[in-house]
Amino acid sequence: MINEQTRSRFDREVAKYPAEQKQSAVMACLAIVQQEQGYVSPEAEKDIADYLGMAPIAVHEVTTFYNMYNQRPVGKYKLNVCTNLPCQLRDGAHALHHLEKKLGVGMGETTPDGLFTLQQSECLGACADSPVLLVNDRTMCSFMSDDKLDQLVDGLRASEGRPA
Amino acid sequence: MTPQQVLSQFQATGVQTCFHGRHIEPQIYADLNGTNWRLKDYEARDGYAALKKIINDGLTQDQVIATVKESALRGRGGAGFPTGLKWSFMPRQFPGQKYLVCNSDEGEPGTCKDRDILHYNPHIVIEGMIIAAYAMGITVGYNYIHGEIFQTYDRFEEALEEARAAGYLGNNILGSNFSFQLHAFHGFGAYICGEETALLESLEGKKGQPRFKPPFPASFGVYGKPSTINNTETFAAVPWIIRNGGQAYLDCGKPNNGGTKIFSVSGDVELPGNYEVPLGTPFSKLLELCGGVRGGRKLKAVIPGGSSAPVLPAEIMMNCTMDYDSIAKAGSMLGSGAVIVMDETRDMVESLLRLSYFYMHESCGQCTPCREGTGWLWRVVDRIHNGHGKPSDIELLNSVADNIQGRTICALGDAAAMPVRAMIKHFRHEFEAKIARPDLPSSDGKQPVPAGARG
Repeated sequence: MINEQTRSRFDREVAKYPAEQKQSAVMACLAIVQQEQGYVSPEAEKDIADYLGMAPIAVHEVTTFYNMYNQRPVGKYKLNVCTNLPCQLRDGAHALHHLEKKLGVGMGETTPDGLFTLQQSECLGACADSPVLLVNDRTMCSFMSDDKLDQLVDGLRASEGRPA
Repeated sequence: MTPQQVLSQFQATGVQTCFHGRHIEPQIYADLNGTNWRLKDYEARDGYAALKKIINDGLTQDQVIATVKESALRGRGGAGFPTGLKWSFMPRQFPGQKYLVCNSDEGEPGTCKDRDILHYNPHIVIEGMIIAAYAMGITVGYNYIHGEIFQTYDRFEEALEEARAAGYLGNNILGSNFSFQLHAFHGFGAYICGEETALLESLEGKKGQPRFKPPFPASFGVYGKPSTINNTETFAAVPWIIRNGGQAYLDCGKPNNGGTKIFSVSGDVELPGNYEVPLGTPFSKLLELCGGVRGGRKLKAVIPGGSSAPVLPAEIMMNCTMDYDSIAKAGSMLGSGAVIVMDETRDMVESLLRLSYFYMHESCGQCTPCREGTGWLWRVVDRIHNGHGKPSDIELLNSVADNIQGRTICALGDAAAMPVRAMIKHFRHEFEAKIARPDLPSSDGKQPVPAGARG
């Protein structure tokens, strides 16, 4: 169920569009749900559909079309490393492989402690900052050398009270 | 440390990409330092002076459009269409709602200029949009921002609040009878939404699948209403043009290529970043601003306008100037101004492999030639790269590209086909060499597997 606080965030998005075009807020509502719950569950899609007056399948179409929506639970920190050509020329794939070694998981996998999910991503639009990665859809980390990647992972582990 | 504190250590500051002082006569990036993005800072840089000039001097819609036409400003998103002409297509007397849309869905590989504009100078885009709305009699606008730059989206929302509080946005702007409401919208990871009609679909809360054109957005846009869509950098150029005049803008560039352009330079240069220079600046000068090719190596090739633009070999590129006409004459396109530089050590088959994967991944699936063809291209390039190529594969790649190009609703199909044809045209020997030497070990040292068996 959508609580009052989430609903007020939804309301703020819906207010941007004409009254008969509430559906325009679906991407924002899905992103809000993902931020709060970690992923978009079928139940959440149903709640958003009810709130916006859409068919649940129309919401599901949006969830499945856009790359950044998580259709199933992911680790507490989702790391998306750009490996597109401009980044490939500046160690994007190297950064991904470094994280694979550091975390002990392959691309697309989640660490057994549930802390990290590692993914490859397409262009993040920060090509001159390569290597770049996006943490939990909202925070871009730039110029991620191996040392910085280690600091990032160790720092996040420490913030969760886990050994480095 | 909290997780937020940990992450804050790795945030871009803009020093490397935007405030490096290596622009030439910048207009959009002038005097930025990363902290001066707020309204009062923008006003101190002559911000909103163009809007005030229009309102206070009573410039007509026709006068504003004529000035933009005179400037020869061309769309900065990729197509290079004349902005003033596009504005004149808007049916200004249409009795219903009309919409203005800013395309900030910057996802063309290599392009990162709009992010720095929106992050370090958001009000310049807001002012440009207000002026455009005034010129076309539009009262509602949306800025569609790339979902991956969420921090920039948040900042743009903050800038909108400042503009509303100051009376630049909302009802009766600066006491006039002109009203304009502007809102921010975010994508969530779909390259195709940079295509304007896919963007419209997305803005309506649907899958981002492109629409047939015609009808064009000027007659059937957001919610089926007349709409004008311009790129972020295009809007950002407008305030300067209004303040200084169309002729002055044209004079900073070259004929038919008015003004400055921001080039996002990535890849094998010493100093990747955004460089704002007058259109018509020699490529060799741009390369010099970037500190030259990395490690003192030789230049091999350049993709001059984002990953969809055909690659050009070094010797052609070094004779080009950076403007729409020169790059088109050389057989490529200026596109979004994303300059991807590759040095002599680069494997062109491997580079094409990554691009082909990208287009396959991002094809929306609507048109069969693109949906099926992009996967086919990737599988064939993959088998060539991994030592399973056949002598007939080069012609096969060209044939598949031919059967995609021009046969799809939108330009993604063309964008997937063009790099393939250009890579083969200029670097055919690299493809032939890989085909002639089968069973190459793959880069991870494992046995190569047949195409299609992975990913």
